[in-house]
Amino acid sequence: MPIPLDAPEVLDREFLLVRAKLLEIAASLDRIGRAEGQVEGDRRLQLIHDALDVLRQGESDRAEQIQMICSLSYDEQWQEKFDLLPR
Amino acid sequence: MYYIDPHIHMVSRTTDDYETLARMGCVAMSEPAFWAGFDRGSAESFHDYFRQLTDFERQRAGQFGLQHYTWLCINAKEAENVSLSREVIAMIPEFLDTPGVLGIGEIGLNKNTKNEATIFLEHLELAVKYDQQILIHTPHLEDKYTGTRMILDMLCDDTRLDRSRVLVDHVEEHTIRSVLEEGFWAGMTLYPVSKCTPERAVDMIEMHGAERLLVNSAGDWGPSKPTAVPDFIIAMRRRGHPESLIRKVVYDNPREFFSQSENFDFAPPELDEAEANL
Ligand SMILES: [Zn+2]
Repeated sequence: MPIPLDAPEVLDREFLLVRAKLLEIAASLDRIGRAEGQVEGDRRLQLIHDALDVLRQGESDRAEQIQMICSLSYDEQWQEKFDLLPR
Repeated sequence: MYYIDPHIHMVSRTTDDYETLARMGCVAMSEPAFWAGFDRGSAESFHDYFRQLTDFERQRAGQFGLQHYTWLCINAKEAENVSLSREVIAMIPEFLDTPGVLGIGEIGLNKNTKNEATIFLEHLELAVKYDQQILIHTPHLEDKYTGTRMILDMLCDDTRLDRSRVLVDHVEEHTIRSVLEEGFWAGMTLYPVSKCTPERAVDMIEMHGAERLLVNSAGDWGPSKPTAVPDFIIAMRRRGHPESLIRKVVYDNPREFFSQSENFDFAPPELDEAEANL
């Protein structure tokens, strides 16, 4: 499907929004860091860092990749394990 | 622009919300049976809920000229209770001829358990036996990918199903492709935090086209926005998409999908306009 806006137009519109979202992420990470207690080893922190790595890549399906990082893995044998194989 | 919200839980909404939706251009909605915010204790409780969906909500919508449709089932969250689920499923046929009932839904998975999958399959049996359309809930967040794959496995194993009469809802970037490629309809739910934003919904239309795609607000017990579909319409316009494409997604597509149900007796508002111009 044709996308009506060209890339410079999209960047013009989105730059301040992206900047604001990046600042929110940075401030959230700082807040976690400033607070008492330990979160190292928390799976969610690793997910955040893996997602940030995706943002640096030049591919076009970053949203899908981040969705997959935040997803539990699918087990192809689930029907057998649940004893629910199609009759 | 007129639009239809194909998935909105009006039982959790005030009468003022019906009025707001009418002002925003909503002309019809479909309300799948879902969780009540707490687990219900008996099948009678579901019987009353089905009366609320088929009778009271229809009347409440009608006060503002809105046409209300509904889907019946026991939702995935409560389907964990297999014996209760079987009692509820046994009761559904008595409601299937009631005006406004479009089919079985929203069935699906919540935590992707064996009990949920068992009851999902029993709902499919019910739908096949009574030749009903099906509306499907996919799980949220980290469970969505696995749950959607499991649901597609069960749907694709059943060769009796007409895929063009099945809607798989709450798709996102990582699940939309497989749903559409298998020939089902897909719904995008615009929901703060846990699902999809209007901008991302527009992205998915740009990437996958507008065939067999719907957008809805969910409008449920969570922090959802019943007017999310108008937000989507504005996002599409701001991105430069033509009115004809917007109308296809928010109005023509839901009509096309619902028209496969015998109980979809929708009276398009355009007819009134045409009559007024005679
Ligand atoms: Zn729902």
